[in-house]
Amino acid sequence: MRWVNRQVGRGGRVLLGAVPILLLLLVYIVMAASRHAVNPADKILPLPGAMAESMSALLFVPDQLTGQLVFWADTMASLQRLGIGLGISTLMALVVGLALGVLPPVRATFGPLVTGIAVIPPIALLPILFIALGLGETSKVALIVIGIAPVMIRDIAAHVSALPREQVIKALTLGANSWQVMIRVALPQAMPRLLHAIRLALGPAWVFLISAEAIASDVGLGYRIFLVRRYLSMDVILPYVAWIALLAIAMDMALTFLSHRLFPWAHGESH
Amino acid sequence: MSTLLSFRDVWVEYGDRIIIEKLNLDIEEGAFVSIVGPSGAGKSSFLRLILGQEGPSRGVITLDDTPLKPECGPDRGVVFQRYSVFPHLTALRNTILGLECEKAPVLGRLFGSARRAAVEEATEMLTAVGLGHSLDLYPAQMSGGMQQRLAIAQALVKRPRILLLDEPFGALDPGIRADMHALIRNLWRKYSLTIVMVTHDIREAFSLGTRVLALDKRRHDPHAPHRFGATVVYDLPMRERAEETEAE
Ligand SMILES: Nc1ncnc2c1ncn2[C@@H]1O[C@H](COP(=O)(O)OP(=O)(O)OP(=O)(O)O)[C@@H](O)[C@H]1O
Ligand SMILES: [Mg+2]
Repeated sequence: MRWVNRQVGRGGRVLLGAVPILLLLLVYIVMAASRHAVNPADKILPLPGAMAESMSALLFVPDQLTGQLVFWADTMASLQRLGIGLGISTLMALVVGLALGVLPPVRATFGPLVTGIAVIPPIALLPILFIALGLGETSKVALIVIGIAPVMIRDIAAHVSALPREQVIKALTLGANSWQVMIRVALPQAMPRLLHAIRLALGPAWVFLISAEAIASDVGLGYRIFLVRRYLSMDVILPYVAWIALLAIAMDMALTFLSHRLFPWAHGESH
Repeated sequence: MSTLLSFRDVWVEYGDRIIIEKLNLDIEEGAFVSIVGPSGAGKSSFLRLILGQEGPSRGVITLDDTPLKPECGPDRGVVFQRYSVFPHLTALRNTILGLECEKAPVLGRLFGSARRAAVEEATEMLTAVGLGHSLDLYPAQMSGGMQQRLAIAQALVKRPRILLLDEPFGALDPGIRADMHALIRNLWRKYSLTIVMVTHDIREAFSLGTRVLALDKRRHDPHAPHRFGATVVYDLPMRERAEETEAE
């Protein structure tokens, strides 16, 4: 059978998907073991045992200074910043994106501004944020928002203005006013796209979060990684990176699930 | 019958391209007008004029003796060849939408007894177009013919003064098209509708219409084809046909 026609079943997919990941793990362990055979104190490729040991200290033993469980405190701090940043960006994308997409005068007025902000590299604005908003939480959340909101806004606006003109005409002939076109026609059809936009924005959001935490913070996943880097603590860095990956995957899957659940019409499942 | 819609010396131009020129036309209440003509003649532009999606460059169009504003409104319903229904709403909700827009300007939704009344009215209309058993289907779950039935129900629930159809059955296969012809003829009679339908199917134009209009250019300039616009070149009343169907 030709390769384009070879469908893989559900079980087969899990199996096939696991193969490269397991292979990578295996390669890592073999390399780590061979380095440790030469130098038992090697820090660059720690063995799983060493990772588990240092992580359990962060997971279960309260920090002497703050009395908090470091790993969980880092996770909560990072997720909170990420959540607030994503939340604000999502809200902005919805409100501004809808208005830009549906109302031509709004698009004419604010379209260029949004495009202008979107092309500025957000990291270049980080010093301004730190100067203007201080080194606290606000500037970190602001970096995430500035980094992802313009892209999301433009995505939603483009999606909404690409809705068939016939739909808007139809709504008007049904007696809808501009507001009703927005909330009854554009908004519901923008929602699945919005969830999609959040999924795509998750990657950049993490980048901006870790950057902000690396530069100025006292708690957070990015802060920890950059802190222990000074001691070459790969046994902490690697599990932290894996944990970030896991969190990101979980969020992505949750958003996909939510979209299929809430907007079945947008996924053609009902066919 | 009284005149519902009238065109007085109407021109449509895009830049220096003349699409429709010097159109004078009266459409009676209760008429079923079929519009035929070659592709690009300006049939859809003509419908857009009635719809209010565009205003004429010159001339006046009046509906019930008042000049039309260049904006779509609930007194003129429309069914396009595609994209006439909302993909995110079920058949019932697609149909209720028109009632909700009218009665709930801020929320766009009805609740309680108002909603029940709207549901009842919409269900009745959906039953009339043969979708009584498909109330909870999304458009993606419907065939092309069902989607057009839905689009018709959605427009009719607003009781428009005039119903505009732009190649409504163009994308349907012949068997289903015959069903749709029977449906639209029945609805036209039952609700005393005034219908203007653009079609490429000459048989359809003659079998449904009480009047067939052919839009085309009267004059051709082979060196500058865009200098002349289309107008009504044939205006055929189908009186015998209408009486014949009434006698059925
Ligand atoms: N917005 C516009 N700007 C410029 N020209 C336009 C515009 N809309 C339509 N036209 C032109 O007007 C002419 C008539 O278009 P229209 O869509 O009304 O034709 P039609 O008779 O409906 O054709 P068809 O049978 O293919 O649907 C076409 O030549 C088209 O190129
Ligand atoms: Mg057309």
